[in-house]
Amino acid sequence: MKETGRYCQNNLMQKITFIKKNILITLASFSFIYSSFIQASEEVNVYSYRQAFLVEPLFDKFTEQTGIKVNVIFAKKGMAERLAREGKYSPADILLTTDISRLIELHDRDLLQAYSSNTLLDAIPSQYRAEDNSWYGLTTRVRNIYSAKRLGAINVNYEDLADSKYKGKICTRSGKHAYNIALVASMIAAHGKADTLTWLEKFKANLARKPQGSDRGQVQAIHQKLCDISLGNSYYFGKMLADENQKVWADGVYINFPNQSNRGAHVNISGMGMAKYAPNSDSAKKLMEFLVSKDAQKLYAETNMEYPVRTDVMPSELVASWGKFKADSLPLETIAKHRKEALKLIDQAKFDL
Amino acid sequence: MVLASFASSNDLFSHLWQTVLPDYIANTLILGVSVVFLSLIFGTLSAAFIVHTNVKGKKLLRWLLLLPLAMPAYLVAYLYTDLFDYAGPIQRTLRAWFDWQSPNDYWFFDIRTLPGASLVISLVLFPYVYMLARTAFEQQDQNLLRAGRLLGLSANQSFFQVALPLARPAIAIAASLVLMETLADFATVNYFAVNTLTTAIYDTWLGYGDLATANALASILMLIILFVVVAEQRARAGQSHQSNRPNHHIEIIKLSFIQQLFISGFCWLLVLAGFLLPFALLVMMAFEYSDMAQLMKLVEPSINSIEVSFYAATIATCLALLFGLYRRLSIDKWRMLPSSLSGFGYAVPGTVLAMALLATFGPLDHFINDLAESFQLQTPGLILSGTIFAIVFAFVVRFAAIANGTISSGIEQIPRSIDLAPATLGAGLAGMLKKVHLPLLKPSILVAWLLVFVESMKELPAVLLLRPFNFETLSIQIYQLISDEMLEQGALSAILIVLLGLVPIIWLNRSKELT
Repeated sequence: MKETGRYCQNNLMQKITFIKKNILITLASFSFIYSSFIQASEEVNVYSYRQAFLVEPLFDKFTEQTGIKVNVIFAKKGMAERLAREGKYSPADILLTTDISRLIELHDRDLLQAYSSNTLLDAIPSQYRAEDNSWYGLTTRVRNIYSAKRLGAINVNYEDLADSKYKGKICTRSGKHAYNIALVASMIAAHGKADTLTWLEKFKANLARKPQGSDRGQVQAIHQKLCDISLGNSYYFGKMLADENQKVWADGVYINFPNQSNRGAHVNISGMGMAKYAPNSDSAKKLMEFLVSKDAQKLYAETNMEYPVRTDVMPSELVASWGKFKADSLPLETIAKHRKEALKLIDQAKFDL
Repeated sequence: MVLASFASSNDLFSHLWQTVLPDYIANTLILGVSVVFLSLIFGTLSAAFIVHTNVKGKKLLRWLLLLPLAMPAYLVAYLYTDLFDYAGPIQRTLRAWFDWQSPNDYWFFDIRTLPGASLVISLVLFPYVYMLARTAFEQQDQNLLRAGRLLGLSANQSFFQVALPLARPAIAIAASLVLMETLADFATVNYFAVNTLTTAIYDTWLGYGDLATANALASILMLIILFVVVAEQRARAGQSHQSNRPNHHIEIIKLSFIQQLFISGFCWLLVLAGFLLPFALLVMMAFEYSDMAQLMKLVEPSINSIEVSFYAATIATCLALLFGLYRRLSIDKWRMLPSSLSGFGYAVPGTVLAMALLATFGPLDHFINDLAESFQLQTPGLILSGTIFAIVFAFVVRFAAIANGTISSGIEQIPRSIDLAPATLGAGLAGMLKKVHLPLLKPSILVAWLLVFVESMKELPAVLLLRPFNFETLSIQIYQLISDEMLEQGALSAILIVLLGLVPIIWLNRSKELT
C-alpha cells in the first residue's frame, strides 16, 4: 500500500509539472493577444453601468466622427471594485453610470481624475456635476409619481405617500433600489432623519403589497387595479408607451411631477467620469466632450426618453409633451451625502420585509 | 450568541442585527430547508420510479427529467413571477372569467413569497438529486435488494430499507449541491422579493460599502453550509457500500393502472413545470419579438459561451478526477484536503467569488507588470484578471463542488479490492488507472463534465464582472435585457443557452444507453 502511495505521489508530481507547463503556455498566448490588443491606436475603453445597447448608437456616431474605436464592458455589481483592483494598469478610460451614488462612490474611492474644459462646464448646469470636476451628469430623470386615471387629476407630493388616505393603494419596487435610495436621501436632505423615518414607516403601511418587481411592473399593477399610485422613473413612461403590450398600462395612468409648489421633483442623473489611470486620456477627453455635444445629447434624449442635461437641447417630442417641471435645486452631491443614512432608515423601517 | 457578540463590536452589524438580519437569517434557513426537502422528494422519487417501476414513457422521461438543468434559475424565476403575478396572464384570465374586480374578491397564492421561491427553485434544481440518485439506484448491488425481499420485505419496504440507504451518499452529495446553489443565489430570490443573507451581503458591500462586514456575513453563510455538510457526513460515517456487480438485472415493479396514472403524472408534471412550460413561454416570446438578424448577432456570444464553458468543464473534471483518485489511492494524511477545500466555491455568490479573484489576481498582475517594467520590457497588461483566464478560473472554482461530488460518488462505487487487483497482476499505477478506474468512472466523468458545462453556460455574475472588452456571452445578453425589463427581446439568447445545454445532455444520454 505504501509503495502504491509513493508511486502515486510521483505520478502526481509529473502531472502537476505538466499542468504547470500548460498554464504557462496558455498565459503566454493570452498575454500575446492582450498586448496586441492594447497596442491598437486611437481607442477608448468604457466601463459602463448602463446597458451597452443603450449607448452603442452614441458610440457608433463618435467613431464615425473621430475614427476612435470605443470598447465597452457593461456590469453593475462590483465594477468599482474591479477598477480599484486593477489600479494603475486598468485599461478603463471612461466610466458611465446610471445613478448619482455610483459616481460618488467612484469619486470617494479615488478612482476618478478631474478634467474640465469650457465645453463641459458650459454645457452642464453646476448642480449636475462634481465641484471638483471629477464627474459630470449626462442626462436627468425624474422620480415621478404615477397615478391611476380613475383617481382623476391629482396634485401629489412625495410626502403624500405617507398620507393615510392612500392606505393599501400604493405600489413600489424594492426600497433598496438605487433610485429609491436616492429619493430617500433627498427626503433626508429636506426633512432630516427622524421625519424621514416616520415618513418611511407610514409609506410602508400604505403599500398594497410587499415591494417587488420593476418600475414598469407597478404601473401594470395599477392597470390591474391592485393599487392606484406608484413611484417610477420618467423614461419608463415613454418606453411603455412605445411597447405594443405595455401601452395599455401607461394609458391608464397620469405621470405626476411631485412637489411642484415647493422644492421641486427629485431628479437623478446618468453620468460620466474619467478613470484615474486612463491610458487613452486624449481619446477619453474627446469622448466626454462628444457626449455633451448637442448632437449626442439629442440622440441620448431620443433613444432613452431621458432629459438632456443641456438646457439648450429639447427632450424628445413625447417627453416634452408631459410638460415642464420644477426640479429640486439642491446639488446632487449634497443629496448623495445622505445615501448611507437613507439605506439605514430603509432597513430600520423594514421597508422591504 | 456568536452573532450577538459580533454585533456589539461592529456598528453596521449591530444596526443590521437590530433591524433586518434576524428576518434574513430566518428566510435563509427556511428557504434552504424547503428547497432541499422538495428537491429530495422530486428527485429521489422520480429516480426511483424510473429505475424500479414500469412507468409508461420511461425511456423518454429518463432524460426529459434532466432538462430543467439547462434552464437558468433566474430565467425561470422571471417567467414564473410574471406568469402567476396578480397582473400576470393567469390571474387576469381568472378575473375575466369570474368577473372578479379586486384582490379581495378571491384567493390566489402569492408567487412572490418564500414558498413560491422554494417551489420554483426546487423545480430547476431537483435534477441534481434525480441524476445522482438514478445513477446510484442503477449501479446498486441488486442482490442486496433481492436478499431483502427474501427476508420478507415488500417492494416498498425493500426500497426504503435497502435501496434508499444504499444511495444515501450520492443523494447527500446532490442535496449539498442544491443547498449551496440555493444559499449562494441572489438574482432568483430577488425576483421573488425574498430577502436572504445574500441580500445582506450585497447591501453591506455595495450599499454601505463595508467589505469587512460583508465578509463576516459571507462567513456565516459558509458556516451554515459547513455545519450541514459535516453533520450529514458524521451521520453516515463508517457506512460504506460498494458493488462489484453493477450490471445486474434490476427488479421492476409492475404498476396498477391507478399507480401508473399517478406516477407518470408526477414525472410529467415535473418535466412540464421545470422545463416545458418555461421553454414554451420563451419560444412564444422569441416568435413575437425576434428575427433572423438578432439570431446572427448571437453567433459570437454563443461561441464565447461554449468556449469558456468547455474549458471550465474540462479543467474542473480533470481536477476532480485528480483529487478524487488522490484521495482514494494516497495514504497521505492530508489526502482529503484538496477535494474538501475546493468544494466550497459553490456556496459563494458569483459576484463575491469574482471579487475574491480580483483581489487575488490583481496584485499578481501588478507584480508581473512591475517586474516587466523594472526590466524595461513592455508591460503585458492585466493578463490574469483581465482575460478569459479569470472567467475560466472562476467557473472552475465555483463549480468544482459539482465535479468533485459527481466523481467522488463514482469512485465510491468502485470496490476497494479493485485497487489492489492490477497491482497483484503486475500492472503499474498508470496502467491500472487507464485500464480499470477510468473505464469504470466513465459515466461519472461524463456527468461531471456535462454538469459543469451546463452550469457554466448559465453562470452570470462572475462572467459579467470578470470579462475583458468585447467579450459577450449569452447569459450577459440576457442580463442586459432583463435588467432593462425587456426579457422578451432576450428570449432568443435564453433559448440558445437552453438548446446548447441540451446538446451534451442528449449526447450523454445516448452514450450511456450504448454502454
